[in-house]
Amino acid sequence: MLFGLLCLTFAISHVMPGDPARLAAGPDANESMVETLRAKYGLDRPLGVQFVRYLGGVVTGDLGQSLRSRNAVLDDLVRYFPNTFELVTLALLLAVVVGVPLGMLSAVYQNTWIDHVTRVVSVSGVALPAFWLGLMLQLLVGLYLGWLPLGGRLGLTATPPAPITHLLFVDALLRGEWRTFADAVAHAVLPVVTLCFPALASIMRVNRAEMLETLRQDYIVTARAQGFSGFRVVTRYALRNAMIPTFTMIGLRYGWMLGGTVLIETVFDWPGIGLYAVNAAVSSDFQPIMGVTLVIGLNFMLANLLVDLAYGWLDPRVRRASVA
Amino acid sequence: MSARVLSLEQPAERTGATREIRRYARAYARSAASMAGLVIVAVFVLVSAIGPWIVPYPEDARGAVHLDRKLQPPSTTHWFGTDEVGNDVYTRVILGARVSLQIGLIITVVAAVLGVPLGIVAGHVGGRLGETIMRVTDVFLSVPALVLALAVVGALGPGILNAMIALSLVWWPGYVRLVQAKTLALGQETFVEAARASGSGRLRIVLVHLLPNCVSPIVVKASMDMGAAILAAASLGFIGLGAQPPYPEWGAMISHGRNYLPTWWWYSAFPGLAIYFTVLGLNLVGDGLRDLLDPKSRG
Repeated sequence: MLFGLLCLTFAISHVMPGDPARLAAGPDANESMVETLRAKYGLDRPLGVQFVRYLGGVVTGDLGQSLRSRNAVLDDLVRYFPNTFELVTLALLLAVVVGVPLGMLSAVYQNTWIDHVTRVVSVSGVALPAFWLGLMLQLLVGLYLGWLPLGGRLGLTATPPAPITHLLFVDALLRGEWRTFADAVAHAVLPVVTLCFPALASIMRVNRAEMLETLRQDYIVTARAQGFSGFRVVTRYALRNAMIPTFTMIGLRYGWMLGGTVLIETVFDWPGIGLYAVNAAVSSDFQPIMGVTLVIGLNFMLANLLVDLAYGWLDPRVRRASVA
Repeated sequence: MSARVLSLEQPAERTGATREIRRYARAYARSAASMAGLVIVAVFVLVSAIGPWIVPYPEDARGAVHLDRKLQPPSTTHWFGTDEVGNDVYTRVILGARVSLQIGLIITVVAAVLGVPLGIVAGHVGGRLGETIMRVTDVFLSVPALVLALAVVGALGPGILNAMIALSLVWWPGYVRLVQAKTLALGQETFVEAARASGSGRLRIVLVHLLPNCVSPIVVKASMDMGAAILAAASLGFIGLGAQPPYPEWGAMISHGRNYLPTWWWYSAFPGLAIYFTVLGLNLVGDGLRDLLDPKSRG
């Protein structure tokens, strides 16, 4: 898989009809400048040679250089990735913590007002353009009401804590810098809510559908007949079974969210790899985009692996099958 | 003789089909949400078709400049206000419907045309070729579509055409997955085995037995994908890699309007609402079709 991903990024960057050297040189460059750049990046060599060089570079951590920041792409990614990681993790947590109970309630109280509200939210969540939702929240909560800051990770006066884990929230907590932590939380609310909304919608939807299905099963009816309390039946018996497909959705959504950060980070000026990729793409700076694609692909693969492992933990049938 | 048989059978067949369609239509109409979606989509298609004839300022979609009436708030003359060069936002939103419809259709059709045959080959022929197709599909699916599209547009350079090429290139793997799974499942069915046993060729099995049975899930997926493709194209437009001004594309309009927030809010608010309602309508129709044609995959 990983090799396939590398082939894909290589194909996009080297085989596609676009001309990275010309793009990098800019519209006013003459032929000799383009040629110099082409030779500099080795783009004039045969494709096979380029591929081997590309693979060698990736293995040794050399992802090329950003034309915009003049830094090595790897250094930039190391700097920006923790910000994206925090954003996506918080948004996913929020989506699960809110989405799973709401989906459950919606199924238990089917066709009541709770169900109707939940369903409207879940249908809207998938249809709303996230970047537009972000702008409108900025407009309403940030500008008109003035409750929350508009963008960035920290206010201008705040200084980030000395890095331990490079995760701003964790570092602020570990260093006991409460004021910085509060500032970071205030800056994170709008981007996290915006990014979580589509995921929340689909998690809610899948969980509702699965709960409805599970609640009709014989063993639920039996459990109820045996006199277990409604709460226990719903949470212990039904939810656990309904969570299995929901988990697949969570894994899938993690990937979508990584894609969504491209938009959300642009709206909220969040210094993560999404914004980095967009800035690079707009200024035809090629290597960073490939670096970000690789990092996001890797993360997505890891997430799917974790979901597969979680299956085993959640579903005893899978666990027993793997032991046997 | 044969002519008489035909003339006798044809009307009967037609009433059968009509009855079938009526039954489906009634089942579809039972859901208020599906009907609401159908109304939205009908309005969207109608507006795309007759847009140029109903807008008050058709020249505003082609980059006309009227600085004397720039950034005016919504009023009776400019329902959605005007933008920074005095173009009527209502006109541009209405004409943007056609752009979005084209984008959605092209991306979905190209993805299905690429994905469906590959899926059938992977599912029905199998072997090393099928294995390779599925591996490549998995690799494509391992990167979120928007990121991959961003990379491709980054390589090709910004523009509406390149954005469409990029999105079509990243959209097909979903169809391969769907059709491959469906074909594999159908391959086990008795009627396919019977056809094989009675000596039907591979092509005949594919065309007569497999493909017609894949149509429902493909239609359902395509109706859902239209919305997602429109959203993705608008996202690229918003980043600045899709349609370029003065092309009336909703995402690009929001992106430009963003610079004029909060005072001139109407500039980006109305195109956003247009995207929302369009995608909502397409999703509701997709949901309705799925309940009707493919109830097992509900989720």
